[in-house]
Amino acid sequence: MPKLTIDGIEVEAEAGMTVIQAADLVGIEIPRFCYHERLSIAGNCRMCLVEVKPGPPKPAAACALPVAEGMQVWTQSDLAKKARKGVMEFLLINHPLDCPICDQGGECDLQDQAMAFGSDRSRYHEHKRAVTEKYLGPLVKTAMTRCIHCTRCVRFIEEVAGVPELGMIGRGEHSEITSYVEQALTSELSGNIVDLCPVGALTSAPYAFHARPWELHKVQSIDVLDAVGSAIRVDARGNAVMRVLPRLNEEINEEWLADKSRHAIDGLRYQRLDRPYVREDGTLRPASWEEALRAVAGRLLATEPDRIAALAGDLADAEAMVLLKDLMGVVGSPHLDCRQDGAALDPADRAGYLFNPTIAGIEDADALLIVGSDPRWEAPILNARIRKRYLMGGFPIAVLGPRTDLTYAVEDLGNDPATLEALATGRHPFAETLAQASRPLILVGQGALARPDGAAVMGYVRRLAEAVGAVGADDWTGLAVLHTAAARVGGLELGFVPGAGGRDTAGILAGAEAGDIQVVYLLGADEIDTARLGDAFVIYQGHHGDAGANRADVILPGAAYTEKNATYVNTEGRMQQTWLAVHPPGEAREDWKILRALSAAMGKPLAQNTIRDVRARLAEVSPTFAPGNDGGIVPATSTPGFAAFTGRLEATPFASPVRNYYMTDPISRASRTMAECTDVFIHGKTHGTTGGDGGLTAAADSKRTGTDG
Amino acid sequence: MLLSDKDRIFTNLYGHHDWSLKGARARGDWDGTKALLAMGHDWIVEQVKASGLRGRGGAGFPTGLKWSFMPKTVGERPHYLVVNADEGEPGTCKDRDMMRNDPHKLIEGCLIAGFAMRAHAAYIYVRGEFYREAERLEHAIAEAEEAGLLGDDACGSGWPFRVYVHKGAGAYICGEETALIQSLEGKKGQPRLKPPFPAGVGLYGCPTTVNNVESIAVVPTILRRGASWFAGIGRENNTGTKVFCISGHVNRPCNVEEAMGIPLRTLIEKHAGGVRGGWDNLLAVIPGGASVPVIPKEICDDVLMDFDALKDVKSGLGTAAVMVMDKSTDIVAAIARLSAFYMHESCGQCTPCREGAGWMSRVMDRMVAGDAEIDEIDVLEEVTRQVEGHTICALGDAAAWPIQGLIRHFRPEMERRIRERRGAGTPAAAE
Repeated sequence: MPKLTIDGIEVEAEAGMTVIQAADLVGIEIPRFCYHERLSIAGNCRMCLVEVKPGPPKPAAACALPVAEGMQVWTQSDLAKKARKGVMEFLLINHPLDCPICDQGGECDLQDQAMAFGSDRSRYHEHKRAVTEKYLGPLVKTAMTRCIHCTRCVRFIEEVAGVPELGMIGRGEHSEITSYVEQALTSELSGNIVDLCPVGALTSAPYAFHARPWELHKVQSIDVLDAVGSAIRVDARGNAVMRVLPRLNEEINEEWLADKSRHAIDGLRYQRLDRPYVREDGTLRPASWEEALRAVAGRLLATEPDRIAALAGDLADAEAMVLLKDLMGVVGSPHLDCRQDGAALDPADRAGYLFNPTIAGIEDADALLIVGSDPRWEAPILNARIRKRYLMGGFPIAVLGPRTDLTYAVEDLGNDPATLEALATGRHPFAETLAQASRPLILVGQGALARPDGAAVMGYVRRLAEAVGAVGADDWTGLAVLHTAAARVGGLELGFVPGAGGRDTAGILAGAEAGDIQVVYLLGADEIDTARLGDAFVIYQGHHGDAGANRADVILPGAAYTEKNATYVNTEGRMQQTWLAVHPPGEAREDWKILRALSAAMGKPLAQNTIRDVRARLAEVSPTFAPGNDGGIVPATSTPGFAAFTGRLEATPFASPVRNYYMTDPISRASRTMAECTDVFIHGKTHGTTGGDGGLTAAADSKRTGTDG
Repeated sequence: MLLSDKDRIFTNLYGHHDWSLKGARARGDWDGTKALLAMGHDWIVEQVKASGLRGRGGAGFPTGLKWSFMPKTVGERPHYLVVNADEGEPGTCKDRDMMRNDPHKLIEGCLIAGFAMRAHAAYIYVRGEFYREAERLEHAIAEAEEAGLLGDDACGSGWPFRVYVHKGAGAYICGEETALIQSLEGKKGQPRLKPPFPAGVGLYGCPTTVNNVESIAVVPTILRRGASWFAGIGRENNTGTKVFCISGHVNRPCNVEEAMGIPLRTLIEKHAGGVRGGWDNLLAVIPGGASVPVIPKEICDDVLMDFDALKDVKSGLGTAAVMVMDKSTDIVAAIARLSAFYMHESCGQCTPCREGAGWMSRVMDRMVAGDAEIDEIDVLEEVTRQVEGHTICALGDAAAWPIQGLIRHFRPEMERRIRERRGAGTPAAAE
């Protein structure tokens, strides 16, 4: 542990640290542009120059200088100050200083540091450089004249995102950052380069010219558009969500955020259910809450309990699910399910439905088998963690599933489920690789479980896990179920599953089709085949006019995740809460309140009158929801014996449940930004002269030039 | 005291004789190489240290010391010798003649130097424009392999050694050792941060030493004739012979091998036929390639041509490319041309050089016509100071120094132009 002094303060730093990191330890802030603690060191902006002894009589870049015993560093000496001032002057001579029309204004590193370290006037009287804009896709808007060539974006895309599509071309002052042959970045993490850009060269295209940072109120929340539960900050102006940014959470998303989570939010403005509706003569007409609730209550009371069923969707919060479950108890129906995709997840076997090793724990694993999952689309943040582990080396990865271009090298085991049997019975060489590993990880996706032979797949996976030692050890449970729905684990934790003699999703749909089920309560359940609901009376409670609402007989408008304080449990089993950032639109209400009101309308009021009561009820149901457990996980113990499942594997290849990353739920389906992404990334329509239809081309071009502001 | 013919190392510098293996052997190359190798790795390094040889590529770092930074044992990663033949410094053309006319000196040097640093492979990174020279090198390497001088058992020493030629693509920055390594690896030629130094993490992440062509080519002769012979030539700390490239306003531009520390005036008058129009017609000399500061005639009168003497007059020996300018020279335009060169060749990686080189060049262009204010000379001076020493590699320094030299010695000329342009009347100012 080398000891050094920085500005006279003695610092004990770890060997291998650089001076800038050592300074951060003691709270001495050295200005920087190119340095970022999660990216490789470039040392090119030269803003972090400091005076160092012993060493040559010139300033040294603190970001790249390893600490050494007895080193003396001055960050505020005349030499250091002069060096920084010089660098700042150089950075600004070709910078357009167009802050009044720049979206970065107010949250710009260059602005801030120019105030702190720069001069108040320019000595540069020559012409400034201008750089043509680059097309990086529908999410990232460029103003490359502002670029200071720090290469953070290049390093992020190459190192973290794993798609080496950005680079610097040209030389000297003609250097330009551009994408490979001006194609859109094909990363699901591309939005992060906007956060990383220390100036306004890369800004958010959908957010362009919509708001200034000081107009926004910022609410800390969590994302629910995948099952990862990334920490986010919701920035809202008035009652509109303007943008979503990642928050630091080392356990989950570090400081990154996936593109859908960041940019699907315009979907919160479209297709909203902002008042109750009741179907009359085949068409939905607006109704009052009283009328709608009375209609629902009447139906529920008039129908035989055994003919009533409830399904919870992918975005349902735990509060609403627990009240709906209790309401079903009041009604007396055992027919409820939160697994609307029909995945073979056993609620009694917690280890069998959690991502047990945890997301951060991926870094501890030393071999990985991916079964029936496409983590790149199902959970881009988690996929980035796998890539991070991959880059550390010594991490064999094999994929038995639909996709192998996952941004890291994998052994392709094909996509024949029979291979799983070979693995489980030790007849496949990769089973040996897993067995050799001290912390093998087996990642199972919903694509492997939400199929008729899902239970058999899970049985073989468990058998394999036990055979290679992925489960059973005290300090390691390598069985990892990757969910795609934010609601799923919460539903399983609180037992939103069929009661004794109850029907599961398939049973409910079959019953509805056959006429045995007469009332179906859909709590945001849109990912089912609504045509199979037959003649059943359908109640849809949710926030978007999607498949469920389209089929509904009564619509009860609920709140989206930015509009309520709600609890979700991510794929790891981590309980987290969203915070209300804006109010639900129109007459829409928080979901638990709707169910509470419905119970009152039925004359059988539930006992919970406040959100605290509901959360107390949640804690009663499962320790995961215990009041002090926010952000925490109750680890699952792997119960042996589940491997006894038997069944035949079908020959159908595994398919990911995510067919289009950009549209997976009612919010992203309503988002125009996501529609544009779908056109570009899924349908391959590109901008400009390289193809695509006229309308889109015009839209993309206006995005590039910023004329649509 | 001029270098006598018997002390010359490059005896075929002018290509009057056979450059192939037969001719090289006749001149003493490849003589007793096996015995030299038999003396051991460390003996060679010690001899080179004792000879006082300083790197001939420009910086003048002691060659033997540089070699001693290589790990003493070969670990998991192999060692590499890389020869910097990306001779791009304006005014310099010595390595080119060495490769063209004496390729075996370099190849034998590669073997000995490579052996000394426990490498089994040497890469010669040849400037792309030196196409014929690369061909000759490749031919000479083939000859040496044919003769068993290189290969699995180089010179019968039991040491496997091979030499590879790689052609650059024409970027000045690739002459910087870490940018050269990047380029050799197939990446964009941009300097790397140091530390780690190439001796620790170099080519493909392996311990690597990068040496100039001349530094390597003189090693066999030093070992054969003894370190003390080499150390006996020139001055203390500036020993040995050096190939000077004399160009510009002289009667007979030439490359010539001379003793270090030869007076500049002697060098020019004895070997280059003197300054055009006589010594008194001399305006200034850039003594070591484009990147060192210019020195005016008063200094040229008695300055010695070696590292320390030129450093004392705030210039440098650099690559020993002597560019002579007589009084017909527009000195401001001459330096402005160099500034344009550095703007063009800046790699763009780090801020001060990327932005500063363009700034300096543009101001210099105005200075040529006097289209500036007097105090802009001070701003320009300050900008050069803001670039110098603040960059990843030395290109920033190289861009700054010529301007600093100009302002130091020719400020009156710059001011005169500014005043004259202003005096020429308001029309100029109003345009």
